[in-house]
Amino acid sequence: VCFIPGGLDCSISFVSHVLGKVCVHGRQKEILGVLVPRLMDLTKSDCIWQRICWRLVECVPDRWMEAVVLGFVQRTPGADVLSRLLGNLVVKNKKAQFVVTQKLLLLQYCHTTAVLQNLLGYLALDGLRRPLLTKVLQELLETWGSSSAVKHSPPEQQQYISKAILICLSHLKEPEIESCRQELLTSMMEGVKCHLDSSLPQIRRLGMIVAESISSKINTDGPVLKFQYEEDDEARELKSLLVQTPPLCVVPSLPDDDRNEKAGAALPLVLESDKKSHTVAPVMPVEESDAELDSDDDLIPYDMSEDKELKTKAPVYIRDCIEVLTGSEDVDKWEATVKALESLVRKNPAATKEVSVELAKILLHLEEKTCIEGFVELRQRAQVAVLTTDPIPVAKYLTSQFYSLNYSLRQRMDILDVLVLAARELSYPKSHGKTKHSGAQKPCIQLLPGSDSSKDWRRIVDERIKSKTRRFAKGPSQGELASSPNEFSSVAGHFFFPLIQHFDRPLTTFDLLGEDHFVLGRLVHTLAVLMYLAVNTVAVTAMGKALLEFVWALRFHTDSYVRQGLLSCISSVLLGVPAQHLLEDMTEELLETQSWLGDVVEKDPDGDCRRLALQNLLLMENLKKKLEPVPS
Amino acid sequence: MALPPPDPQFVLRGTSAAVHALHFSCGGQEPDVPVLFSGSENGFIHIWNLKTHRVDAALDGHGRTSVYCVQTMGGKDRLLSQGRDQRICMWDLAEGRTSVTDSVCTENVGFCRCSLAKVAQGRWLMAMAARATEEVQVLELPSKTSVCTLKPEVGAKLGMPMCLKLWQLSCGSQPLLLAGYEDGSVVLWNLSTGKALSQLVCHQEPVMSLDFDSEKAKGISGSSEKVLSIWSLNEQQNLQVCKTHKLVNAGISDITIRADKKILATAGWDHRIRIFGWKKLKPLAVLDYHTATVHCVSFSDHQNPSERLLAAGSKDHRISIWSIYTQT
Repeated sequence: VCFIPGGLDCSISFVSHVLGKVCVHGRQKEILGVLVPRLMDLTKSDCIWQRICWRLVECVPDRWMEAVVLGFVQRTPGADVLSRLLGNLVVKNKKAQFVVTQKLLLLQYCHTTAVLQNLLGYLALDGLRRPLLTKVLQELLETWGSSSAVKHSPPEQQQYISKAILICLSHLKEPEIESCRQELLTSMMEGVKCHLDSSLPQIRRLGMIVAESISSKINTDGPVLKFQYEEDDEARELKSLLVQTPPLCVVPSLPDDDRNEKAGAALPLVLESDKKSHTVAPVMPVEESDAELDSDDDLIPYDMSEDKELKTKAPVYIRDCIEVLTGSEDVDKWEATVKALESLVRKNPAATKEVSVELAKILLHLEEKTCIEGFVELRQRAQVAVLTTDPIPVAKYLTSQFYSLNYSLRQRMDILDVLVLAARELSYPKSHGKTKHSGAQKPCIQLLPGSDSSKDWRRIVDERIKSKTRRFAKGPSQGELASSPNEFSSVAGHFFFPLIQHFDRPLTTFDLLGEDHFVLGRLVHTLAVLMYLAVNTVAVTAMGKALLEFVWALRFHTDSYVRQGLLSCISSVLLGVPAQHLLEDMTEELLETQSWLGDVVEKDPDGDCRRLALQNLLLMENLKKKLEPVPS
Repeated sequence: MALPPPDPQFVLRGTSAAVHALHFSCGGQEPDVPVLFSGSENGFIHIWNLKTHRVDAALDGHGRTSVYCVQTMGGKDRLLSQGRDQRICMWDLAEGRTSVTDSVCTENVGFCRCSLAKVAQGRWLMAMAARATEEVQVLELPSKTSVCTLKPEVGAKLGMPMCLKLWQLSCGSQPLLLAGYEDGSVVLWNLSTGKALSQLVCHQEPVMSLDFDSEKAKGISGSSEKVLSIWSLNEQQNLQVCKTHKLVNAGISDITIRADKKILATAGWDHRIRIFGWKKLKPLAVLDYHTATVHCVSFSDHQNPSERLLAAGSKDHRISIWSIYTQT
């Protein structure tokens, strides 16, 4: 397409029509690939060409406007170019406005960050368009802060909206922020609440980052909101959106320079004052002049590297440990005891068995008295040691406490973690030695609880699905493993059934089906692991049946973390229970589950859930195939 | 590459009780045997023969109460011992005798070791904690007459005197007394006027032990905290802190400076004996032998420098004898 140079009066509407038609038919890439660079060059300095371009897009009929605008937004390399090409189209044309402010931001979420930058930068560049920017920000914040959106929309969409919010914030100037400070604050508070309530760590983190950014924008001098979360590439990328690079930078570079200069000036001042203090203040007049011969030099020091602080000794008997942990005021001894407890318990199984329940009780209630490094891990390892040494009574105690009154959520989740770790340890073949497996899979302590452990199990289930023959034990083939009886088999039932018993009975402080859905999610994941580890045990079929019924009762739970757990449970059942038993005892449950899985694959908003459901369906298919040659 | 610290030259066992006090008497000529006196918690004073490493005699004069100070008065035939039975006994040990010739009743239930200074031939001054809590009494021996009683001013709140040191610039000049108190301060007293010349707060905790070098007019004190404090006396008889030295573990029971003023030793609650150079307080060695608190350290007074020894007595009933830095 070539333009007639100089013909100012020629009508471009025909060209617009052509453009629109081509774009609507899906050929945006080809035509705009040629058109946009040409227009870019032409409009760089020539006002006439700019106006021609604006006329061009304004004349595109409404029914094709969306395609054209979308194409332009995607093709242009920067917001300033977009501004040159489109002009004030969004203000003049209702359809364009709708596309830019509503459709691209709120209804679609497939576009890249560059597209977002283009779009929002375009809105920010012109005075006529800036009110749209504020409006857009408000609408984005409304969506971001609505609890139903947080619960039901896919994480990708939430990330897209968060990015858009951050870019908007970066474009807003001081007076604009001033005018809408109150609304920003209210929406931030609401939004943060819904985000932190979510069970998925990714959503929580998104909420935290956006809230921090908003807070830093509205409180430039006061204390700002600061959260603790894992910094990784995604977080860094999001935070980088807050700062706009020049030449579009709205935040003037001067304050930065000023600050740098001031910091630089502060440093030499500090150094100077240090030097002064050395010379000005001689506290001791008796300053031997350095010129005096130092006859101390002929006294050669001995090696003093062994000279260290004294350490108090830890008690050597389990009962002494109990005494120290319950009563002693001596903090050094208490610290030493906590550090030594796990190894003592493992070395003295007979002594531990006598006091196992008491020790478990003490450990469950043990609070951090002093600041020891790794206190949580030490306590957990001691608990696991006690549980593996005397599984049945301690498991009975722990599972009963899980459903008791007046425990914190943290303690209940500790119980679940400890049960899983102990089950893992018990089900490992002992010939591998005790030291190895504690290194292979780290215990589940983390600041964002839940994420590590669920990834572990998912990975395990994935591996299994990929190749049935691969061993679950760690490391490449280590020759013939000596077989030993599975210690978990006799106690699996004690771990599993009490946990599944009372989930629907709410207590005053603990309501699994209500507010405490996070703990429910953890419980479900725990049951999945216990089920998996119970493979080849006697109780496995009964466990499988109970678990499938449990899953059936909870299958429509709104929390996606819980649903992921339920799907892991199904995987564990399919992998753990021997195929014959599955088909004989649980045919109805399996069929029902299969239809539910089909539903999940199609309709569940969460990507992970859909994936897990698909894997389960595959497992079921494999099961069927396995049993095909065997005549029924 | 620094050498590892030396082992004790020998270890004296046999006290069967914690050792609280040590004193050497090795200055005599041949055929005099060098001896070490030790005071134990069970009330016995053992006389150790440093040639045979055995106990020559055991003196029982304090009714089985702990002996926490032993000193000789001019040679090993005259011994002074202080025990928890509130008595200071003087012994005559010449020609194998073991009898108490005289005793002073202190009426003090504290742990403050008395301090002796010879002012003239046959005349001694002894400073000890007196019956009233904050007071120090100075007696003349052997007459046992009171020279003065040093009372801190009302409201000073110094607490008990913890350690004392009588000294004089040269024999015959005015003796002065340095006293370390429970509140962490060291006070310099003038004995003739009975007034305090200077007071210095060197520690936050009670001063457990102090020693003073009259030649350099510099002293050192240790307490139950982790800091050693070095202070000096200027021409106006004022005490000032020179520096402090931080230790690895808290608690010092005893400090002593060797007679040649080259090194000093500290006895620690962390079972270790530390040796420092006296000039600049350079740490020289950490002697780690004992398995319980070291209560006392003492340097020997051998004429021959190469024979000099260091003794340390500990709660683990042992006395370790070390030969360290004898070349200088």
